[in-house]
Amino acid sequence: MKEAPLLDVRDLTKLFKSPRGVVRAVDGVSFRLEESETVGLVGESGSGKSTVGYMIMGIVPPTSGTIRFKGAEIPADVSRRPRQLKKNIQIVFQDPQASLNPRRSIRRTLELPLSIHMAQRGRQRRQAVNELLRIVQLSPEYAYKSPTTLSGGEKARVAIARALASQPEVVVLDEPTAALDVSIQAKIINMLVDLQREMELSYVFISHDMSLMRNVASRIAIMYLGRLCELAPTRQFFETPLHQYTKMLLSSIPVISREEEELRPAKVSSEGEIPSPVNVPSGCRFRTRCQMATEICQQEDPLHIEVEPGHHVWCHLLSTGEKKQGKELR
Amino acid sequence: MNTVLPALKRKLETLGESWYRFSRNPVSIVGLTFVLLVSFLAAFADYVAPYPQHAGRFVDFNNASQPPSWRHLFGTDLVGRDVLSRVFFAFRYSLWMAVVVLILVVPPGVVVGLVAGYSKGSWIDLILMRVTDIFLAVPPLILALAIVSVLEPTPLNSMLAISLMWWPWYARLVYSMVSSLRNESFVRAAEVIGASRPHILFRELLPNCLPAIFTKMSLDVAWVILLGAALSFVGLGAQPPTPDLGSMVSDGARYLPDLWWIMVFPALAIMVTVLGFNLLGDGLRDLFSLEEL
Amino acid sequence: MTEPEPQLRIENLEISFKVYRGVLKVVDGVNLEVQPGQRVGLVGESGCGKTTCGRCIVRQVKPTSGRILFSSTRLGRTIDLHAAPEKERSMAGREAQMIFQNPGAALNPVFTIGDQMRAAIRYGSRENVAGRGILAKAKAAIKEVQIADVDRILRSYPFQLSGGMRQRVCIAMALATEPSFLIADEPTTALDVTVQDQILKLLRSLVERRDTGIIYITHNLGVVREIAELVYVMYAGTIVEAGPPSMLFDEPVHPYTCGLMESVPRLTGVGFSKGIAGSIPNYLVPPPGCRFAPRCDRAIDICREKKPEIREIDNGRRVACFVTGGNP
Repeated sequence: MKEAPLLDVRDLTKLFKSPRGVVRAVDGVSFRLEESETVGLVGESGSGKSTVGYMIMGIVPPTSGTIRFKGAEIPADVSRRPRQLKKNIQIVFQDPQASLNPRRSIRRTLELPLSIHMAQRGRQRRQAVNELLRIVQLSPEYAYKSPTTLSGGEKARVAIARALASQPEVVVLDEPTAALDVSIQAKIINMLVDLQREMELSYVFISHDMSLMRNVASRIAIMYLGRLCELAPTRQFFETPLHQYTKMLLSSIPVISREEEELRPAKVSSEGEIPSPVNVPSGCRFRTRCQMATEICQQEDPLHIEVEPGHHVWCHLLSTGEKKQGKELR
Repeated sequence: MNTVLPALKRKLETLGESWYRFSRNPVSIVGLTFVLLVSFLAAFADYVAPYPQHAGRFVDFNNASQPPSWRHLFGTDLVGRDVLSRVFFAFRYSLWMAVVVLILVVPPGVVVGLVAGYSKGSWIDLILMRVTDIFLAVPPLILALAIVSVLEPTPLNSMLAISLMWWPWYARLVYSMVSSLRNESFVRAAEVIGASRPHILFRELLPNCLPAIFTKMSLDVAWVILLGAALSFVGLGAQPPTPDLGSMVSDGARYLPDLWWIMVFPALAIMVTVLGFNLLGDGLRDLFSLEEL
Repeated sequence: MTEPEPQLRIENLEISFKVYRGVLKVVDGVNLEVQPGQRVGLVGESGCGKTTCGRCIVRQVKPTSGRILFSSTRLGRTIDLHAAPEKERSMAGREAQMIFQNPGAALNPVFTIGDQMRAAIRYGSRENVAGRGILAKAKAAIKEVQIADVDRILRSYPFQLSGGMRQRVCIAMALATEPSFLIADEPTTALDVTVQDQILKLLRSLVERRDTGIIYITHNLGVVREIAELVYVMYAGTIVEAGPPSMLFDEPVHPYTCGLMESVPRLTGVGFSKGIAGSIPNYLVPPPGCRFAPRCDRAIDICREKKPEIREIDNGRRVACFVTGGNP
């Protein structure tokens, strides 16, 4: 019998009420995270990927849907979760500048998770702080600095150290390097990959950077306006993308070499813009920008098909196995 | 041992940077000077004042209503007391009142603001802030007058009266800061890690509010002094013979312009004190800012 | 054959700032040229000084030494942007426009797009335009950035538009006055990838069609490869390498450029390097020789003593390096 996955997200949905109507930020998202793997959650603005991360952490309560950790359902609100659970699921926030309290020294920031979840006291705790700094390749004197004197890369490292302090099993990484330069990003990401191996961590890696995901994730899920479009092992995702949005995204990425250009799918040119999340298109939300949209795309929610084992798509065009060359309907 | 040194070094560096930020604006130095001067005179009035006994029961009608001279730099009042000495002791009374009021007012106000702001939207928030609103709705001076006229017009009672309608301002200040701060990532991070509510309120949120609180406290000293002076002006507050800037002004006002020194010097003293604390308050804001140097 | 006069020329630019702890020598001798109608990219990571250079071009920041020369068609000659008299500067200034990183911040939230466009055209045009001419120009500009519903957009306020739309409007505003030169400071950084792609293509076609010179400042290597004909790579206040993108990206020469290219994650999945060892120098006490020497694994003694000059090594390629750049 197959063991329960580390993290099992089912039908996660989040609706916000805004003055302009209901915002369907996340709509029926499901995926699994196994041990020691990295699932990449990709999307542009309005896709809801960060909201999914926040729901996993319990910071944003889902409107419906469940989250299971090692088979058991966990409370939706972080304040109701037992300490053991908080120890095991941690997050690195998007903007390291904002996620470190500017009025507290690095030492105090790192001591917080240690004091709650770990048993060391006094000198041992100080040593634990130094050990955390060492893991993220910062020297011990950083303990006494305040976040305002740190560079972007250093702040990112401290945020990562804090997330790892409780020795979690799952870490949600919400665009941890989005604000960093590419040469610093390379260092940080490599460090994250090494740490994953050493500490047997599983990552939910939220990002908009497809090239980065190509090299970091073992499986990738792509979201558009709150819904999953495609979910596949990384190689298949990039070599045989099936969803039109995936193809559009892949052909829009600016790359720096000819080999990468050739890898991109036949040009699905990017047209139009992401509709407002308050006014999501009926049926398939991508239909307003999809060149292959047909009538059924407007009327019904896209079907989920597992085209190959592990390769999931949510699209009408693939439902009968043949592409319907119907009228373009916007 | 080797953990003490780097921490100390860092603290000293921070102090140096803070001083630089503060002293960049010469006006802040002026404010600090005035405040230090007034505080010094208040603290050491017994030793510095030329005629310390004039602050208490003392009369010398032979010397009454003398204009400023070398013997009495600020002149003497109607019963022959040295105005300069009385001004020094009056500083003591004013500062003392400001300190007591702030001690009474700041902790409850800040705590209310913290708790209400953090649980924004809940019934705790609702109740606490509505209570705050009620206190805010009453005009301060009128409330103070009402209270002091019902109770005995002692200094303590006027401090109590002022305190009762001063605390809501701190609650409001902290409430608005905390309401927006609570959505910041570092607060979320603390929640996600599992920090307790007191930790989040006092260790994460409060330090970010302290700069604004200190600045406001400094400016409030000025306001409390003025309010106290106003109360004394109308006869509530310090009772004779206790020297108080407000009563000195009110007593002396009648004798303008002939015996001008009886009112003008205490009035100038009020001005110097209030100005000093205002300028200092501005400087404190610079001192606490996190800007890159 | 006489070389054509460059439209923009930055000559030995140095910019230093006085701060609490001393003097920050941010820009340390930059030389850069944009020929008329050329698309030039200025690429570098944060802290390299590219934005400071951009701000110096639009005169928000004064050079500590060196100068910026602009060839004005209106005046018929080249002027020094910081030294020329006010009248000349404002005349020449109308030939250049700027596109900012954050379109939301560049647009005034309390005025409609139409109002702002009309104001831009009225005050920014090279010739005097009036009345109906202004409206006609505004409409034409909006159409050119591929916005279909022109009237609706002119009536809208910025908050009613999406990020991509706002940036298109900013581009329209910049181009409506028919400038001969554009300065673009990370105009697509705040946009989604699919929208960025559209905006880049739009910008490129507009600039090519009108033969407008453009200097495009960014930290994104992929973007600069798409839009520029000539790329300058900047590190710690100096230009380390310059050349056409095809050469620069396929065969980088300068150790920093090589390190940078290796750090970029590839779509092919071959992974990426562990970045570049070390960190950017302290501008208060910059290294005496080449500013990249402390991080360079090929540095030799002279690198730590003298600053390398930028030299042409083959057709169109320039490098500032003792080891790889053919400096004696």
